[in-house]
Amino acid sequence: MSWRQTLLVAWEGLIQNKVRSMLTTLGVIIGVSAVIMMLAISAGAEAEIADQINALGPNLIMVMSSFSRSGPGMGMGRPPELTYEDLEAVAENVSGINGASAEQSTTQDVKAAGTTLESVSILGVTDDFPAVHALEVGSGRFFTDEENDEANKLAVLGYSVAQELFGETYPIGQQITAGSVRFTVIGVMAEQGSVGGTDYDSRIYVPITVVFKRFVNARFGGDSVRVIYVSAESESMMDSVMTQITDLLVERHDVDPDSPDFNLTTQSAIIDTQASTTETFRNLLAWVAAVSLIVGGIGIMNIMLVSVTERTREIGLRQALGARPRDVQRQFLLEAVILSLAGGLLGVLFGVGGSYISTTFGSMRAELVPLSIPLAFGASAAVGIFFGYYPATKAAQLDPIEALRHE
Amino acid sequence: MGEIAVHALREVDLQVHTGEFVAIMGTSGSGKSTLMNILGCLDRPTDGTYILDGEDVSQLSKDKLAGVRNRKIGFVFQAYNLLPQMDAVKNVMLPMLYNGSAQHSDVERRERALAMLESVGLGDRTHHRPTEMSGGQQQRVSIARALINQPAIILADEPTGNLDTRSGAEIMDLFHQVHDQGRTIVMVTHDPDSATHAQRIITLCDGQIVSDEQRRSVQ
Repeated sequence: MSWRQTLLVAWEGLIQNKVRSMLTTLGVIIGVSAVIMMLAISAGAEAEIADQINALGPNLIMVMSSFSRSGPGMGMGRPPELTYEDLEAVAENVSGINGASAEQSTTQDVKAAGTTLESVSILGVTDDFPAVHALEVGSGRFFTDEENDEANKLAVLGYSVAQELFGETYPIGQQITAGSVRFTVIGVMAEQGSVGGTDYDSRIYVPITVVFKRFVNARFGGDSVRVIYVSAESESMMDSVMTQITDLLVERHDVDPDSPDFNLTTQSAIIDTQASTTETFRNLLAWVAAVSLIVGGIGIMNIMLVSVTERTREIGLRQALGARPRDVQRQFLLEAVILSLAGGLLGVLFGVGGSYISTTFGSMRAELVPLSIPLAFGASAAVGIFFGYYPATKAAQLDPIEALRHE
Repeated sequence: MGEIAVHALREVDLQVHTGEFVAIMGTSGSGKSTLMNILGCLDRPTDGTYILDGEDVSQLSKDKLAGVRNRKIGFVFQAYNLLPQMDAVKNVMLPMLYNGSAQHSDVERRERALAMLESVGLGDRTHHRPTEMSGGQQQRVSIARALINQPAIILADEPTGNLDTRSGAEIMDLFHQVHDQGRTIVMVTHDPDSATHAQRIITLCDGQIVSDEQRRSVQ
């Protein structure tokens, strides 16, 4: 019997029991769609983190304080910290940089012309902030180095904050009150949208010196900064810039160069770390998905065994009419493979659809891994052959006389 | 513990000529089922030879036997053994599926099956499923199926056993028709009335042939 005819016979066998066939494929559908969605979600998470880090700005170096065992700060009962002075020193002395910036944030209710916004994030930054993070001012201007040094009460609004506070009114030159401090609006940032979970449009930027003086309690840090962001002019300058920063801060903090009280991180280093974390996560998910695919395969084997028993008489008849053992084997093997491939196909559809829905309507970003589709499809075919082989062989080995007498 | 050989058939020496209509009779346990299985190439004799259509088939492999069954034997069963999910045409086409030596197209197969159903008087029932047909009609379909590969021999196992008298008589008429067209028929039955339709009646008892009676005329 030709493969085409065997295929037809197998198909007829399956549609004879439509509901059962569909239920049998369910295991494979779930397995395959799980494989595809799991991979898509972990790829999405990875991309999300990469975006988030890249959104900080190009060629960014982050300087953070670290708990050093030999640092002088230890004796004072306070962890060593980076200060605003460190930032200024870096900005002045390190060459090959676009700028250096730091942030000190506070959350305040903001009032303007009768409108009140509750709990607005106010970010104290330096004049280099737009350059370091590659953000653009939409209208008006950002404050200058001098204005920051003099702690002028100037504010640059995020795009949506400006919309909400002033609506149609031209915001530049207007007064706003954040907490108890009055600011003059001098600029509005270009619309940026939300990147990596940070809504750049819903913030207000003010000179960092104002935040130190008016909002941060000196007990909790005075002029300390958590992170100094330095943007190198180009990728090739990164190493030189990092060396300069390290030398400068080692000297300023008077620490052992081998165990400094700060550390430097780059975006690519963070991305690499994240990638290895998500890879572990992804492998785990892939295994879970693979197990469900195997469970689906066992489901197919189970149903095929039931089917062989149920159709013993049919098998006996086919043998009497001239079906060779291998014809019978192929018929049942093909039934199993059709089931698993149909499951694979539907699983791919559901996996792709699920990933799309998760990205579009859900909170979880999923990015399809193209390779996962042929992989999942191939795996489901393999499951069909592997778990279909035993029932098919059992069917082929039936004795025609016994089989015809069955029931 | 060794196997105990049970001799269902012993010293059976039987020759059936082309074009004969033979009935094999015997009570249950007489060995007629075993004889039928060997004649149908479903089983192989432990000892002895079976020459079918000039070919010794006693010791062929399973695959070869399947081929012999397909080309040379047409089975008619007591319970019809039609596949319930297929209509009459498809049931009749079934043996052609396994006939590797004659590669016909689907259209040719279908036409042959339709013609065969016509010849057994079921031209108007070609697309009915077994459940939509009477017992007599189902047995006609199975006879059409038995004839489709133009076998050397038709093996009928109690073909009227599940039918009422009238349908049974109609089926026997059909067998006569088939016989008149030159087919060799071997029919197993325990019903003496059915056996009288045959030209020759062989009676088995305890695995041996106890009588082999030639009958002159056929009703």
